[in-house]
Amino acid sequence: MNESVHLSSQFDEDLSRLRTHVLQMGGLVETQVSAAIDAYATGEIASVKSIVETDRRVNELEKAIDDDCAHIIAKRQPTASDLRLVLGISKIVTDLERAGDEAKKIAKGVRRIYEGGHMPSQYGVGIRHLAEAALSMIRQALDAFARLDTELAKSVIRADTDVDTEFKSIIRQLITHMMEDPRTITTSIDIITIARAIERIGDHAKNVSEQVIYVVEGRDIRHMGKEAAQ
Amino acid sequence: MQIQDTPTLKAEARNLNFFYGENKALKNINMPIYDKKVTALIGPSGCGKSTYLRSFNRMHDLYPGNRYEGEIRFFPDNTNLLGSDVDPIEVRMRIGMVFQKPNPFPKTIFENVAYGLRVRGETNKRVLEDKVEHALKGAAIWEEVKDRLPEQAPNLSGGQQQRLCIARALATDPELLLFDEPTSALDPIATGAIEELIHELKKRVTILIVTHNMQQAARVSDYTAYMYLGEMIEFGKTDEIFIKPQDKRTEDYITGRMG
Repeated sequence: MNESVHLSSQFDEDLSRLRTHVLQMGGLVETQVSAAIDAYATGEIASVKSIVETDRRVNELEKAIDDDCAHIIAKRQPTASDLRLVLGISKIVTDLERAGDEAKKIAKGVRRIYEGGHMPSQYGVGIRHLAEAALSMIRQALDAFARLDTELAKSVIRADTDVDTEFKSIIRQLITHMMEDPRTITTSIDIITIARAIERIGDHAKNVSEQVIYVVEGRDIRHMGKEAAQ
Repeated sequence: MQIQDTPTLKAEARNLNFFYGENKALKNINMPIYDKKVTALIGPSGCGKSTYLRSFNRMHDLYPGNRYEGEIRFFPDNTNLLGSDVDPIEVRMRIGMVFQKPNPFPKTIFENVAYGLRVRGETNKRVLEDKVEHALKGAAIWEEVKDRLPEQAPNLSGGQQQRLCIARALATDPELLLFDEPTSALDPIATGAIEELIHELKKRVTILIVTHNMQQAARVSDYTAYMYLGEMIEFGKTDEIFIKPQDKRTEDYITGRMG
């Protein structure tokens, strides 16, 4: 990534403001995910409302950032690393916004479960572990973007495999529970929705990290398997 | 979009140095020019791109004290364009040039285009008319001037004059066309017409273009070379140069980080 300044300081400001906005948006999404996980653990249904409200701000930021990208392309015709940064950001905000949506799904699933009674304790540990892993992926992906750190981005991509494996194992457990005791089906399905949302958050963190690598190295490693992130 | 076919060489600079007297303006340039492709030369003022361009048709021969070293090979016959046995007039028949400012001769539209053919000794009126029409069509200006061929060329608009100059260059059926900032004196509409024309022309002729307009290089060329202080810093497919240049100096120039 090119850290020298442009002849046009206005252009430098435009790009730097763009990056700041992405990090702001990322911060909000991180808060959403973290709050959703807390709600799952504690049953604090009150926080569900704030997660939904934050989502509105995330959506607004996504649109504002995309609009800024369009303006920069129209006015500056960015090339090389500048172009990759703008294109990367435009994709990153899509993934961040979707990660926010997944947090909202978690929150709503939590509300359904707790409103219908109690969280069955046997599901606690696995889900929380999965959620911590996904949250950490989102944090590191944003960190990797902030510092344009491709090594960190690569480690996030590798971490996604673990999250996927863990997700599958949770699903297997839930299927067993449902077969053993059909009364758990309603709750189990809500928990599957939550687990799925967490797993998706990990995918979005991975996508963000792939874009960081594209921005810095100009390599598009999407759909190339985890070997590409070595 | 990637360029799929393997291009053939039309010309190649080999260890090319050029001196304006004591001043070394080109430093060991090695670069291929691919057949029926557009190659753009970019770089800041004074980087040597026009000097390099003008070496191809021996424009520098006109001034004493100028000196070439190395070779520019021209294919398929593998002639060294800089060889002392090569007649610059012959070279210019095969390599046409279009300049920054349109420079029509103070003659009629018809005579401007017929000029190169007459120099070649063509006198048959019928042949001249056919070739002039063909060249004007090739330069996408025929429809605009077909009824005004006896008019004075300098009365045309700037964009038309430039296309007339391209027709003049095309009339002798050149194999390589050199463009030295062909649109820098034109408005955006005329510029668009020239760029569209370049796209059409590359079906039958190889093009080497010097431009200060980076977006133009990105739009019209298949290959781009970045020059700086007389050196060839980077040569590559335009798609790659503008997305992921290999050299930090190229990156700084095309992203506007260098004065």
